[in-house]
Amino acid sequence: MSHETLAIIWFGLWGLIWTVYFILDGYTLGTGMLFPFITKNRQERNQLQEAVGPFWGGNEVWLITAGGATFAAFPTTYANMFSYLYTPMMLILFALFFRAAGLEFMHKEESPRWQNSWKWSFFGSSVALSFLFGVTFANLYYGLKIGPSGYEGTLLSLLHPYGILGGLLFISLFIVSGSLWIMIKTTGDVADRAYRIARPASVVAAGILAIFFVATSNRTPLFTNFTKLPVLWIIPALAFVASLLTLLFVWQKRIGLAFTNICLTIFSMMATGFIGMFPNMLPSRIADKYSTTLFEAAGSELNLKIMLGVAIVMVPIVIGYQLWSYKLFKEKISKETAKGYQ
Amino acid sequence: MSDVLLLSRFQFAITVFYHFLFVPLTIGLVILVAFMETQYVRTKNPLYRQMADFWGKLFTINFVLGVVTGITMEFQFGTNWSEYSKYMGDIFGSPLAIEALAAFFLESTFMGIWLFGKDKISPKLRAFSMWMVALGTNISALWIITANGFMQNPVGYVLRNGRVELENFWALVTNPYAWHMFVHTVVSCYIVGSFFVMAVSAYHLLRKQHVEFFQKSFKYALIFGLVAATATPFIGHKSASFAAKMQPAKGAALEAVWETQEGLPFHIIQIPDPENERNLVEFLTIPKLGSYFYTHSFDGKVTGFDQIPKDERPNVTIVFYSFRLMVALGLYFLAVVWYGFYLYRKNKLLESKRYLKLVMYSVLLPYIAINAGWTVAEVGRQPWTVYGLMRTAEAVSPISLSQIIFSLVSLVIFYTILLIADVYLMIKYAKKGPYASSDVKGGEVQHVS
Repeated sequence: MSHETLAIIWFGLWGLIWTVYFILDGYTLGTGMLFPFITKNRQERNQLQEAVGPFWGGNEVWLITAGGATFAAFPTTYANMFSYLYTPMMLILFALFFRAAGLEFMHKEESPRWQNSWKWSFFGSSVALSFLFGVTFANLYYGLKIGPSGYEGTLLSLLHPYGILGGLLFISLFIVSGSLWIMIKTTGDVADRAYRIARPASVVAAGILAIFFVATSNRTPLFTNFTKLPVLWIIPALAFVASLLTLLFVWQKRIGLAFTNICLTIFSMMATGFIGMFPNMLPSRIADKYSTTLFEAAGSELNLKIMLGVAIVMVPIVIGYQLWSYKLFKEKISKETAKGYQ
Repeated sequence: MSDVLLLSRFQFAITVFYHFLFVPLTIGLVILVAFMETQYVRTKNPLYRQMADFWGKLFTINFVLGVVTGITMEFQFGTNWSEYSKYMGDIFGSPLAIEALAAFFLESTFMGIWLFGKDKISPKLRAFSMWMVALGTNISALWIITANGFMQNPVGYVLRNGRVELENFWALVTNPYAWHMFVHTVVSCYIVGSFFVMAVSAYHLLRKQHVEFFQKSFKYALIFGLVAATATPFIGHKSASFAAKMQPAKGAALEAVWETQEGLPFHIIQIPDPENERNLVEFLTIPKLGSYFYTHSFDGKVTGFDQIPKDERPNVTIVFYSFRLMVALGLYFLAVVWYGFYLYRKNKLLESKRYLKLVMYSVLLPYIAINAGWTVAEVGRQPWTVYGLMRTAEAVSPISLSQIIFSLVSLVIFYTILLIADVYLMIKYAKKGPYASSDVKGGEVQHVS
């Protein structure tokens, strides 16, 4: 296998790991964003905590793996991405602190003030994470202000309308995912309330996705690769169709299928982005020569080979025991039995 | 030194110390909890299950902050040390990615299974889950120290394409420097775990509450600590003498050796004076012992700072005192566990209030010792970030002063909030003991099934 082929395979894996992270953490982030509004008492909060509790830690490791894989396979991308996007990365980091602590510390003390603070920190950090990730990826599609001496923008230069639209897209997709997850995992009032949110949310998400694709076509060079190889249009088309199917299945109350389709929407939406960026990993909006491409960022041939071997061995094992844990906790959580984080 | 560099170093030091407030307890305590689970499987005695529940709960409170402060470390190589990441990423990135794949998934997934399954799953599966968490935390230590080992003693690399590239993966994973540090670190973490359990147990034993429960907990922690604290001086000595051989400047700083000499004496009391390149005080001197420590020969030659250029020396004061502090505490732990063992054998543990108090107030000392040890390892390597290859000053990101100030201030504020919440919860649940107060009737402890 040539060095170039290896680098391309790793680009695919890089995109895949990010995508898996967003699919998996999407439902926890969505649950976090809905948390204060669809729970009315301690027992219902316990239900939601238990709906995500056994899984979210393992899901978050996909983010850490995405970071580690970027570092290992594309050191220059890792270095540039994290230092160019210094402030948003720090904000993501802080939100990760308070999401974890909010979820796990919330019920460890009886005082309402304590519980409220952590409840809202769980909510706020879930919103912040979804929005920031959306803004970040929209800016990767849009192109960053990278010039001859590195990143020339600020935090505010990421918050152009297209960037904000990306943030809203992520928020809406994750809210749909979260509300459906809650319906799959719980019974009773919380599940009913989640359904009342899922209906309008799935309409909004499909709408924002359509607007996002139109804006992508008008404002970004992302679809250039698709016009070069038209068969690729299947992928964004799939994203759009899956978002409509999600909507349809939500209204038919076929929740398993709706959840599958929202995951498929996230998958093909992310895939569209990575295909469109190829071979850039950090595209420059100023001039293409300042972009960081996968070829110039790739690690050495030996490193990529070894890491590929490690991934081929370890990833199936990880997926195996993660699936097993989903099977172990497949029962629906009722108000009466939910314990949450004690 | 530029402000950005100085503040970036400061931020790294703060975040790594914070992270390392949680990690050692995670690595040490999990083994004890897993052992309690195993004992429950073997004996079906509900006491063991209560022990696993109680210590497991304290473990989880600590665990979550170990995880979140760890993400900071991963992000920071990119945000603040991007030049380092570009230059070293081909070698340094892979242990981090493997750490996530082989360790983080394992510990996080099984932590979730244990936490939410403990009342549903079989005792065997509970024990298995806890052992998987234990395996994950220890594998995690191995890979991150493999990465750090490369910074201390670069092996298996070649300089190509203007960066460090991987040449021999096997050399990277068998780096003797990393293995010395790994063994020393995890065994020291076991001391942290054992002192934590002993201290909390001592608190309750002093109040004569849940005596059976905490006596048993104390016993296990004591035995665990006995093994770890007894092994540590040997492991630590090997680690230090190896470090001194590989990094003469760090070696010279350990005992503040200014002149290269054979038959170096050892001063029990010594005050270095780096300004004038001499020791201000040398007191209670044992001839030739210094050479023995460094070389295992009383007449061995020890390299002093006279052979090391000034711009390749670490901060002698910090390294010297951190090293002394670590060693002194290590010997103190040894005394505490062996004296405890003596009391235990004589069946006098419960009556020895002074000893129990001593143990209780010693709970933070292993944390100080282990952080002092890492200070020796990291400050002792300066001015290099990767020994002999890259200076710390060359590694920093080209970020602006306002960015680093923003992140540093926010990190300090947020970490302080999290630390306060965490310590508050730890103390609350540690004091609460294994039973809810409603279960204690008329001084009699009712077993909760």
